[in-house]
This record gives sequence, C-alpha cells and structure tokens, in this order.
Amino acid sequence: MSKLKPPVNNTDHVQGNIGAAIELVEYGDYQCPHCGHAYPIIKNIQKNLGSKLKFIFRNFPLAEAHPNATNAAVAAEAAALQGKFWEMHDIIFENQEHLGDNHLIKYAARIGLDIEKFKADFETPAMMEKVENDFESGVTSGVNGTPSFFINGTKYNGSWEEDDLLHYLEAFKK
Amino acid sequence: MLQIGTQAPGFSLNTTPDQKIALSQLKGKRVILAFYPADWSPVCGDQMALYNEMLKIFHKHNAELLGISVDSNWCHMAFSKDRNLHFPLLADFEPKGAVAKLYDVYDDNEGQCKRALYVIDEAGVIRWNYLSPVGINPGADGILEALDEMNKK
Repeated sequence: MSKLKPPVNNTDHVQGNIGAAIELVEYGDYQCPHCGHAYPIIKNIQKNLGSKLKFIFRNFPLAEAHPNATNAAVAAEAAALQGKFWEMHDIIFENQEHLGDNHLIKYAARIGLDIEKFKADFETPAMMEKVENDFESGVTSGVNGTPSFFINGTKYNGSWEEDDLLHYLEAFKK
Repeated sequence: MLQIGTQAPGFSLNTTPDQKIALSQLKGKRVILAFYPADWSPVCGDQMALYNEMLKIFHKHNAELLGISVDSNWCHMAFSKDRNLHFPLLADFEPKGAVAKLYDVYDDNEGQCKRALYVIDEAGVIRWNYLSPVGINPGADGILEALDEMNKK
C-alpha cells in the first residue's frame, strides 16, 4: 500500500477544517482532462462532508503531455503568495481549455491579484521548485497518473466517481 | 524474473532504424529497464508518459531509462514522437522478444513483454526487479526506492 511521503505539512495548501478526521490529498495536473472531471466531484464532496473533510492539492504536471500544465501550476503557487491559491486553482480548472500564459494573467486579474507582483512571483525559481517538489513527492508516494488520491495518508486506488468516493470517505467519519 | 545480485545479460537492440543501443555502452551508469507490452495501449502510454517526466530525477541518480517492447523501430519512432518521449524505446522485434526471454519477462500467450522493471547498477549487476500486473501502471516509487537504497551503499 503506497503511503503519502511526506505527510501533509505546512508547505501544503489545505482547504477546509484543519482538524478534520478525513484528509483527502489530490495529485493533479491542471491540463489533465481527468482532473478537470474530478474538479466538480471534489467540490460536491467537500460540500457534502463539510467540516469532516480537509482537502489538499499537490501539483503533478505531466509537462510533455500537457504543455501548459507546469505554468498553470506555477501560477497557482504564485497566487498563493497573495493568499489566493484556491481561487486560482478553481478558475484554472474552470477554464481548462485555455491555459496559455496570457490566459493565466487574465485569470489572475479576475480573482483580484496584484498583477505586477503576480508576474514577478511567477518568475521566481522558488515557485517552480515548489511544483517540482510536489511532483517528486508524488512519484515517491506511488503516483502513477493523474488524478491520484491519498486518503488519510494511503493511496486510494478505487473509483473516484462521486458516489463511490463519497461512500468510501464516509467510512472515515468519526 | 532474474535474481537480484546476478549479472544483467548483455543485449543490443535498435532504437531507431539505424541506431542501436547496447547495455554495455551504459557501464558506469545505472540502468532502468522498463519492459512493457505495447506502444499505444492506454496503460503503457501512461507509464511511459510518467517516466518521461522523471528523467531529470533519474539522471540525478546517475540512471538511464530504457523502454523495451516487441514493437518495431518505426512504431517506436511514431509513438515516441506522438508522446514527446525523451528516452530510448528499444525494439525487441527480431527475433521477437529475445531480450525479454533473456530477462524472463516474455508472455508467451500474448506474444509480448510482460510489464516488468529492472534496476541495474554501474557494474551491470541487477539490484532490483518488479513484475507488475499487466493492466496496472506500476508508477515509479519502487524504482526510486531502489535507487535511494543504492545511494546508501
């Protein structure tokens, strides 16, 4: 059974109740159509489980297959520096068909980022390093494609269609 | 599969119609052999796409990756181009599956390689092996763990 390495820590983006009993980690690629399919499913599951669930997103761009995936990931990390990681994460998935750099800047503006700061942060090596570190943690943890999910630290290999994943997660509800 | 600790059998296979790669050329480097059933099939595609993104990580460990299937050179070239692969795919094509048989990972019923991994050290000794269920992309955590283990010695 593959384990999440390293465990969720303070370099991660966490959405929901930090103390929740259920921890769902996604390794995702912003340009991957399967991840796009998973996006609304996760939203619904978050709504459904409320404070019982925390959700963490780690970057796993398959750059050769998806040429815009890495820059999209870097853009979300840059947005995080202005406290808007999840806003960027969402708007990117909601506009998955259009992820050129000019689009990313447009989305940054739409969610209210300071554009000059965003552009500067986007270029800093630290952002790319964060994305690469996520990727490396993914392969070390046994990620073999996207999206890959870890539930309370263990890789989940079942179906992630909404009913199946929700049903599985509910068992962890204390 | 061949035992850990044994010498990896030598081979030389085409990677393009006019270029061969011999295992002996890679002495001094670690070699990851990824035997897989077929170009274009969904799982193999995902597996090779994943490894393609990991070349930098493999290189940090002084390791070169070779993909091996019974597909021909021309098929490999088209597949490689389509997926932007940046590592060699070797054609175990004539005699069919000879190298896979040498490494005990040939599937006689299907007439293709099994989905199997070997990690070979700088001296050509097998240090890790893994046979994956044919329909499952084995990922790379096992390879990375093996390379990490080798770094400790």
